[in-house]
Amino acid sequence: MSDKLIKIVRFIGLGFLEPVIRLSRGEETKKNLTDILKKIVAPLASILLFILLWQSGATALFNTEAEYRIEKAFNEQGQKAADEMAVCIESGEISCQPNTLPSPSQVNASFNSLLKDHKVISADKKAFKEKTAALNKQRIAEGKDPIVYTGRPSFVDQIITSIKTVFAGFLLAIFIAVPIGVVIGLSETLRSSINWLIQIFKPVSPVVWLLLVFMIVKTLTKDSDTDSSFIISFISVGLCSMWATLVNTVMGVSTVDKDILNVAKVLKLGPIQKVFKVILPSSLPLIFTGLRITLSVAWMVLIAIELLAQSPGLGSFVWEEFQNGANDSNSKIIVAMFVIGIIGFLLDRIMLTIQKFVSFNKD
Amino acid sequence: MALLSKNKRPDIITENGIEYTSKVMLDLQDLKKVYPTPKGDYVVLEHLNLQIMKEEFVTIIGHSGCGKTTMLSMIAGLNPISDGRISVLSTPIKGPGPDRGVIFQSPSLMPWLTTLENVMLGVRQVFPQAKKKQREDICKYYLSKVGLEGSFYKKASELSQGMQQRVGIARAFAIKPKVLLLDEPFGMLDSLTRGELQDVLIEIWNKEKITAVMITHDVDEAIFLADRVVMMTSGPRAKIGDILDIDFKRPRSRKAIIEHNDYYKYRKHLIDFLEH
Repeated sequence: MSDKLIKIVRFIGLGFLEPVIRLSRGEETKKNLTDILKKIVAPLASILLFILLWQSGATALFNTEAEYRIEKAFNEQGQKAADEMAVCIESGEISCQPNTLPSPSQVNASFNSLLKDHKVISADKKAFKEKTAALNKQRIAEGKDPIVYTGRPSFVDQIITSIKTVFAGFLLAIFIAVPIGVVIGLSETLRSSINWLIQIFKPVSPVVWLLLVFMIVKTLTKDSDTDSSFIISFISVGLCSMWATLVNTVMGVSTVDKDILNVAKVLKLGPIQKVFKVILPSSLPLIFTGLRITLSVAWMVLIAIELLAQSPGLGSFVWEEFQNGANDSNSKIIVAMFVIGIIGFLLDRIMLTIQKFVSFNKD
Repeated sequence: MALLSKNKRPDIITENGIEYTSKVMLDLQDLKKVYPTPKGDYVVLEHLNLQIMKEEFVTIIGHSGCGKTTMLSMIAGLNPISDGRISVLSTPIKGPGPDRGVIFQSPSLMPWLTTLENVMLGVRQVFPQAKKKQREDICKYYLSKVGLEGSFYKKASELSQGMQQRVGIARAFAIKPKVLLLDEPFGMLDSLTRGELQDVLIEIWNKEKITAVMITHDVDEAIFLADRVVMMTSGPRAKIGDILDIDFKRPRSRKAIIEHNDYYKYRKHLIDFLEH
């Protein structure tokens, strides 16, 4: 029972919980205690150290900025203004707070306020929906478009938009890169004739892809009034991130074990059977390595692309906060940074787990 | 070219009459293999002639690099013929096909499939009309014959090298080929496993009597399994050096053969050839 639990825990990448499970069953107390020390206590200590360093760095920056402000007030308006400024900063009055790297506690406060904001907005949304439910039913019956909520998106909504964009882009990358990769991988002629294209486009910056997609999508959606920012951003994400999958698929398909191919030849498998029964399964591990890279690249470029495409996701959240320059903007940006990092990490973990499923040489 | 080589050696067919030719399963005539290199052509095989009868087990022995594997892969159709021709039951071969089953040196199973699915892959190809149940029965029969009753649903990647090669044997027999080609199938195994697998192979072969051509480095293996041992000269321009008939009765037991007087005679003959 517990062995199964350990297996599952290991499989989903939470292997550090293993000594806790073992210890709770009373197995090898000493060994498991040192394991806990190594796998749980030490990482926790490193997190604590990180926060301490951050705190002291933020304090130092805060003091520098505060001194600068006081000095500026002194130079421009004299001793009295300087004293007032010092008192004002001391009292924590919002209007005169130095704007610099926020401290961990400020970031935490911003995080909570963002969550609260989300609750308010979603309550708003729900109320709006209830209010318009009857009217919308009537409108749909009359063949009109229903009224939709057009208020400001909350932080959580923006996260969801970003995740949707990344998945749409990721799916696009799969649908483009895998079939093309298989076809190119199968034919050496095609491989050498198309290689230049891959080599040239692979290093192109996400921003340039966005502009290219923008040129095309703008023309195509000229006469429809749909919001094209989502389309533009997910296509750009797909195009930026598909290269890893493409290259890996080509490599996987072109390096299938020669003996296995000989077996397929002796059995006279048809081309379709050969691709689906032999070539694809045997290159699946490499394809998945590519997909994992693709997903992490997609998440990374997404922020930059959303920022430029004005798609309502995390990227534009960061950009708006930066432009906003409100007192808690800086700490909101840091919150976004952590959220981006953690979601990226989780996505990678999910891919790693799927990859473990499909790879056939487990050890 | 095929016509020419036929005209060149009509003697074999007319000399012994129809009865003789109908017994020939595999016929290599004036076989040649050339690999072009920057320094000029490298001739691996030349003027190679060999007739293998129905229900005959032939082992081929020779030094490494003499072109044994090249010859076998040409028979399998995996390697193009430079000159001469290869026919199975007087029909010249065209590329690879399931009438010539191959057991490769490495087991070459699809690691993502179960043992049953691995065997099934070929069986489905050869018996497309058969019902799924029938095909499964064929696969299970041969897998049991090689001693894998309990491993039908194990992934091929979970099996040991020796077990994998057993699947390879089952896979080759299950498609009921006319000729079985074995390219040093036990070369990668330890000697204990090798002995076991030789027994497995010869037992299933005694039942099926499929014409077999097997390459080996092992003199004892060559004698134990074969009706005839074909010795190849060292390359380049390798050809058949000598052929030794092994007259032990079948079914053979390893113990009885080792104790037989002729065994050492055969062994000396082969070793003399290889060492000269």
